[in-house]
Amino acid sequence: MIHCYQFDGLNIVLDCYSGSIHMVDKVAYDMIQWYETEPAEEVIEKAIAKHGITRDDAQECIADIDDLKTAGKLYAPDKYEHLAKDFRKKNIKIKALCLHVAHTCNLNCSYCFASQGKYHGERAIMSYEVGKRAIDFLIENSGFHKNLDIDFFGGEPLMNWDVCKQLVAYGREQEKIHNKNIRFTLTTNGVLLDDEVTEFANKEMHNVVLSLDGRKEVNDRFRVDYAGNGSYDRIVPNFQKFVAKRGNLSYYMRGTFTHYNIDFVNDIKQMLDLGFNELSMEPVVTDPSSPSAITKEDLPVVFEQYEELARLMVERYNEGRPFTFYHYMLDLTCGPCIYKRIAGCGSGTEYLAVTPWGDLYPCHQFVGDEAYKMGSIYDGVQNLELRDKFASCNAYSRPECKDCWAKLYCSGGCAANSYHASGDINGIYEMGCDIFRKRIECAIAVKLLTSGLEQPGQKEE
Amino acid sequence: MTRIVTVETRDLEKSAKEGGCGECQTSCQSACKTSCGVANQPCEQLSK
Ligand code: SF4
Ligand code: SF4
Ligand code: SF4
Repeated sequence: MIHCYQFDGLNIVLDCYSGSIHMVDKVAYDMIQWYETEPAEEVIEKAIAKHGITRDDAQECIADIDDLKTAGKLYAPDKYEHLAKDFRKKNIKIKALCLHVAHTCNLNCSYCFASQGKYHGERAIMSYEVGKRAIDFLIENSGFHKNLDIDFFGGEPLMNWDVCKQLVAYGREQEKIHNKNIRFTLTTNGVLLDDEVTEFANKEMHNVVLSLDGRKEVNDRFRVDYAGNGSYDRIVPNFQKFVAKRGNLSYYMRGTFTHYNIDFVNDIKQMLDLGFNELSMEPVVTDPSSPSAITKEDLPVVFEQYEELARLMVERYNEGRPFTFYHYMLDLTCGPCIYKRIAGCGSGTEYLAVTPWGDLYPCHQFVGDEAYKMGSIYDGVQNLELRDKFASCNAYSRPECKDCWAKLYCSGGCAANSYHASGDINGIYEMGCDIFRKRIECAIAVKLLTSGLEQPGQKEE
Repeated sequence: MTRIVTVETRDLEKSAKEGGCGECQTSCQSACKTSCGVANQPCEQLSK
C-alpha cells in the first residue's frame, strides 16, 4: 500500500509496509500511483501523453520504480499480520504505571476528563503505603524490562507532593536492589510549582508535563479556580521560572484545543513568545454533544492549522530557533521497530493506572469506570478477560485500520477515544483518525523540508 | 535515479528480527496522555 500527497510543492510517496519515504517529481508522482494497479506499458503511454516526456525517459522511470520494488521500498507487501496476533498475549509484563496520587485539584477546569480530578468519585489522596506497594507491584511484574516508567498524575499531583517525593526515594532504593531503571515523570497545572518543586523535579523527573492552553483568554476560559478566576497569571510565571532552570532536561508545555480555539496555532505562538519551545497541543476529548467538542465542520480549519504549524516549524528551523511539537517529532532512522508500531499503546497490559486506594485500571482515561476495573496492587490483575481484550487491540485488530495507510504510524489508535466514540475499545474514533493522518503527513513534510534534501524537479518550476 | 529521492528510514522488515525488546517508553506516558501514535517515539536501542 502506498500513500501519496503533496505539501507546499513537495510530492511525497509513503510506502506503508516498508516505512519508506520518497520525494519525487511530478512525473514519478503520477507514474508511481498508476503503476500500483496498471501494467508498465499503459503507465508509460499515460506519462508520455500527460507530461510530454520521451519514451526513454518514461521507461527509465519505470525501471527506477522496479528497482525500488525489488529492494522492498515500494509496494512492499504486508508481512506483519502474524506478529500482531501473538505479540502481546504471550508474555505480558508491566512496565509503566500512572499513579493517581491526588484525586483532587486546585483548579476547576470545566473540560477536565477527570471531572476536577475526582474521576466521578470522591476526592482522595494516595498514601505513601499505597504508593510504595504500587512500586513493589510494578517491579514484581516487570519481568525482563529494565526501564520502568512511573508518572505522578492526578488531579493535581502537587497537592500530594510530599508523598511523591517519598515515593521517588523509595523507587531509587528499590531500583538498585532489583537492577531496574525507573523514570519518573510529573504532570502539573503549575499552581503549586515553586522553587522547591522545581529543584526536586530537575533532579529526579525524567520529564515534566506542564498544562497551559496558550493565549490568556483561551487558557482562562476553562482553566479556572473554584472561585472562577483564570489561572494564567498565576501559572505562567511559575512555568517560566521552571523552564529557565530545566536546562537540557525534557519537559512539555501541553495545551488542549477545543471548538473555541480552533485557531490553535495562535496559542502555540503564544507559548513560543513566552519562551517555551517543547510543545504539545491536543484536541479535547469530550462528549460530542458538549459545546467545546471539535465538530466535523471544524476539521478543515484544524487541518489548515496543522499545515500552518508545519510551516512555522520549518521557518523557525531555518532561522536557527527551532522548537519541538510532540506530534511532529519523528525519528526516521531511529524510530520504533515494527513490534512497537503494531502493538498499540499498551493500555491494560504493560501500562496501568493506579487509583489513590490501589485499584488498577487499563489507563488514566478509564479510571472511575467500574466496568473497567482490572484488579488492585494487592491482588494483581484479576480481570484477565479484560486484559486479553486490551492485549488484542493493535494495528491489525480493527477492520477500519485494514486499509489505512497510517496504521504503522498509529498502531490502531487510542482505546479510550475509541471507547468514547464507538462504545468499544476495538472501534475507532473517526475524527481522531482524520486528525492523526493529517498530523503524520505534516510531520513527514517538516522532516523533509528540514532535511537538506532537495526534491527532484523542483528547480524547473 | 533522477525523478525519485528515497529518504533514509528504518527498515521495518529488518526490525522484525532485531526489535521488540520493549525497553522504550510507553506511548501515552511520555507527553500527551490523550492519544496514541507511536511514530514519534524514539527507539531505546537505536537512539542512544
Ligand atoms: S488512523 Fe484510525 S484507521 Fe488509521 S490506523 Fe489509526 S485508528 Fe486505524
Ligand atoms: S488508551 Fe489512549 S489514553 Fe489510554 S494509554 Fe492508550 S493511547 Fe493513552
Ligand atoms: S526499544 Fe526499540 S527495538 Fe525495543 S521495542 Fe522499543 S522500538 Fe522496538
